[in-house]
Amino acid sequence: MDPAAGDVNTLIGTWGWLTTAAHYRGTTGVPNRLLEHILISGVSVLLAALIALPLALWLGHIGRGGGLAINISNAGRAIPTFAILVLLATVPSLFGNAGTVIALVVFAIPPILTNAYVGIRGVDPDVKEAATGMGMQGAQLLRRVELPLAMPLIAAGLRTAAVQVVATATLAAYIGAGGLGRYIADGFGLQDQPMILAGSILVALLALVTELGLGRLETRLTPGRRRGPIPGPAPAQIRG
Amino acid sequence: MAANPWFSWTYVSQHGSELLSATRQHVALTFWAVLVATLIALPLAVAARRWRWTRTPILTTVGIIYTIPSLALFVMLQAYLGLSPLGVEIALVGYALVILVRNAVIGLDGVPEEVREAARGMGFGPARLLLRVELPLALPSILAGVRVATVSTIALVTVGAVVGNGGLGGLILEGLNSLYRAQITAAALGCVLLAVIADVFLLGLQRVLTPWTRRRAT
Repeated sequence: MDPAAGDVNTLIGTWGWLTTAAHYRGTTGVPNRLLEHILISGVSVLLAALIALPLALWLGHIGRGGGLAINISNAGRAIPTFAILVLLATVPSLFGNAGTVIALVVFAIPPILTNAYVGIRGVDPDVKEAATGMGMQGAQLLRRVELPLAMPLIAAGLRTAAVQVVATATLAAYIGAGGLGRYIADGFGLQDQPMILAGSILVALLALVTELGLGRLETRLTPGRRRGPIPGPAPAQIRG
Repeated sequence: MAANPWFSWTYVSQHGSELLSATRQHVALTFWAVLVATLIALPLAVAARRWRWTRTPILTTVGIIYTIPSLALFVMLQAYLGLSPLGVEIALVGYALVILVRNAVIGLDGVPEEVREAARGMGFGPARLLLRVELPLALPSILAGVRVATVSTIALVTVGAVVGNGGLGGLILEGLNSLYRAQITAAALGCVLLAVIADVFLLGLQRVLTPWTRRRAT
């Protein structure tokens, strides 16, 4: 077959898949898969934040151990997310959503931890001294001075983690989790090229909406502060 | 049930040639991706500096490419490029760009204005200023970007297995069907080992190329 004709047919087929009403109904429909994807990603980012933020704030506040934490985070970049997901899937009780959430939490911790730590450590010592001079100490200093000033970086870390988790959650379809990645994994099983492509388009759109949406939220939540001079992912990001 | 160890030397020693050829593809995919991405990133970074209005579009575009989930991009490119590794290679280049462009821009931004003035005063034209002054001074930041991009690419190659070109990722994907842990772990450790070797090599290169930064711990 003429390959160019195949390409056009694939495009038409994908468009056909995306505009078929039946693909938007039931448990395998797009709305439900989207919801699964958002739930898996949301729970993972939330759990990662609950672990990473207190640790980062504490380490940043006392100014210790951060170098080690960041080095471990950076080394983690070399471990393929795909391998971790597949390894977790070999444990029968972890196959599916449970293993996926564990893996996603592990991947989401480094960017949140690194950014929050760097943010707290980066607070101008003069400002801290002024606050101490005003009688603030310990938790009060952290809550009223360090935390607000570190907010732009903390928010950037959370956005980075969220975008990365949404991307990696796609891979999780290969270990039996739900979400939009199912269309890609199942599409390969069924040799259904339009389904595969439709799935990848939906996933790409979700990732872009997450990045842009959280970026806007970030700008709104940190008034008076520009986001970093260079837009884009934080340095500690691991790709999924 | 057959024993399913998390790691096995027997597996590694019996599948040496298989591991080796997967590793070879892994290295080739990574090497070309980082090389091509660097060759694209440098002119982009220079353009982003020279013409201010190109800065936001360039950085935004590479940022958007980076946002696309790897599985989705691999699959989309494969639909048009077939089973050759070209699709995976293009996606890897796309993902490496953001790190490389950002670091090069940061490096070029960091060149002090007085240094530029001094070079111009000595009669340096724009091309010589770039090649002899700005790029060398930006080199530490550029090479730091190359290191991060290389390590990330090595991890990312594994996902290419889904479209048939994933180096060591192929063994991981096989392990998904057989659920044989030793094979998955061996492939994953292979990736980590590759990343460590590449990072140490690039660190050495960085030290040789930028001896003036050696005092500073980075």
